[in-house]
Amino acid sequence: MIDVVVLFFALGVFARLVKSDLRLPEALYETLSIYLLLAIGLKGGIELSSQPLLALAPQVGATMALGFVIPFVLFPLLRVLRLSGVDSAAVGAHYGSVSVVTFAVATTALARQQIPFESHAALWVAVMEAPGLVAGILLARWAQRGAAAGAVTRWGTLAHDVLFGKSVLLLLGGLLIGAIAGAEGAAPIRAVFIDPFKGVLALFLLELGLVAGARLGEVRRFGVAVLVIGIGVPPVLAVAGALVGVALGLSTGGVAIVATLAASASYIAAPTAMRIAVPDANAALSITVALAITFPFNLVIGIPLYIRMAQALT
Amino acid sequence: MTKYPKKLLVIITEAALERELVRGVKKLGAHGYTVHDVRGGGSTGEREGAWEADRTIEMKIICDADVADRIAQHVLAMHGSNFGLTLFFADVSVLRMGKY
Repeated sequence: MIDVVVLFFALGVFARLVKSDLRLPEALYETLSIYLLLAIGLKGGIELSSQPLLALAPQVGATMALGFVIPFVLFPLLRVLRLSGVDSAAVGAHYGSVSVVTFAVATTALARQQIPFESHAALWVAVMEAPGLVAGILLARWAQRGAAAGAVTRWGTLAHDVLFGKSVLLLLGGLLIGAIAGAEGAAPIRAVFIDPFKGVLALFLLELGLVAGARLGEVRRFGVAVLVIGIGVPPVLAVAGALVGVALGLSTGGVAIVATLAASASYIAAPTAMRIAVPDANAALSITVALAITFPFNLVIGIPLYIRMAQALT
Repeated sequence: MTKYPKKLLVIITEAALERELVRGVKKLGAHGYTVHDVRGGGSTGEREGAWEADRTIEMKIICDADVADRIAQHVLAMHGSNFGLTLFFADVSVLRMGKY
């Protein structure tokens, strides 16, 4: 049975395909994304308050390393598909970073199937956002060596944007607030931040369906290569993620989540960071792969597949 | 009422550039600027401004003609080849000359 939130995404795509006048106001998009990031962080933080923090260090280290390595592994594969050096680096950065909404859908799928997972999983999302972007920029600089001597990376600005950008700030902020408040302290805000989560996620997916649907036309423009990347790359990365999860001794749900995170492609933090740091990469190409192909693929086929894989491995 | 001639420089481009533009125009001598969120389309497709990577801004700067030229030259050289960019000038009249 397909998850109800995925049907909202399908409705959004359909609305675009039939050229409906349906639009969600941009302010609502912004509000929903802030809500989701905070709620995911809070939920993880409440659970974090009952955990020995030091025990989490290997998980943090391993998930960060996973995010950092992904662009390097993808780079030669994308070059074989005739993507330019900077485009290969940029697409790799999108996969190295993570999609928070894909994570959210994976957690609701696990909850629906009553498969327990590490409740502090939001922490992995927060720490996996940045390393892939850094790796992508390093690769782009390497690909441009000689050609663009003028290209300077403002690492300070980039670090500021990633660490204090909306996603990481709200995720880590939520985690911290949840950890300090604990279950009891957070009880008064449950009615807003915890209970309606899935409904808000559904609404956000409707909006993402509209956005992804608008980009479907681009798939035709870029041709078969983007389909091969968008559908072929996630399962491969999921296997790598699942193996990392197993090596960390995570639960079945935890392995499925790390696999999902590895397979997911960022379409919020990565496009913005890459646009500034690697302006000569084709932004439309990366966004089409991440949002129009990989995101729906993971939603419909990937997540159920990664959960099965985790069950087989643990 | 006395009016003074000034240049209005309008820059329409991707929202990702906003911070760099603000930094640049101040450095090149503009006293102020105004930014709106806008949407539109061109040779490379449509930008509807529905989400982060799809946002477009319109920046207006009122300044002296030479400052407007310097800013336009700088923006074109820095971002012209990689970003969607529309630039145009207009003659405007202002009431308080020192403000711009």
